[in-house]
Amino acid sequence: MTQEAFLQLHRKIATFRGDSAFSTWLHRLAINVVLMQLRKKGLSLISLDEAMEPAQDEGPGRGFGTQDPTLTGAIDRLALERAVADLPAGYRLIFILHDVEGFEHNEIASMLDCSIGNSKSQLHKARLKLRETLRKPFPPESQT
Amino acid sequence: MTEQFNKNDCAEFQSRLPELIGAGEDLSRHAHIQSCELCRALLADLETIAEAARQLLPAVEPPDEIWRHIESAIQDKSS
Repeated sequence: MTQEAFLQLHRKIATFRGDSAFSTWLHRLAINVVLMQLRKKGLSLISLDEAMEPAQDEGPGRGFGTQDPTLTGAIDRLALERAVADLPAGYRLIFILHDVEGFEHNEIASMLDCSIGNSKSQLHKARLKLRETLRKPFPPESQT
Repeated sequence: MTEQFNKNDCAEFQSRLPELIGAGEDLSRHAHIQSCELCRALLADLETIAEAARQLLPAVEPPDEIWRHIESAIQDKSS
């Protein structure tokens, strides 16, 4: 896929108008390559719009009014990786772009053709969902 | 400090959280955070998660042959 992304870059470089940072444009191109590959493999793939607004039951619960224990100390990396993998696609995409890869909301909005407010909102929901997951005890089969 | 909060205050504060956090404001001085233990804990958790996420960036170097493959594929497509 890295190779295909670079081939796309070679084909499309002339269409880069400089409206956004080159890294943002390249990232958007790479995301499109991944989406195209997934479609070719026939995997059921939701559209980016659907991914951006997961179904109601996939979203985070409301945080207020609950006295559940808080996350204490450092989060176990493996537990966080599992929790991120379980996020709805749209939440995961924005969480990784912002919190893991360090893109700013304006860059993400440009990459994903959404508003900056939408990017902030989706990131917040992603973090809430992760918090919800990380506060649950591990299921017995995953304890080693 | 007296821990006083009600669900309406929390709901109102939490509905503004995405914008407040996204704007990079220091929320530790926010009046609601100073008086509400639940929202203080929520904010601390969200900050912990964001902090932990920075460790997830994989340090993956593409294999050496990838560049040769790309060069060769570009030449094939160009010819």
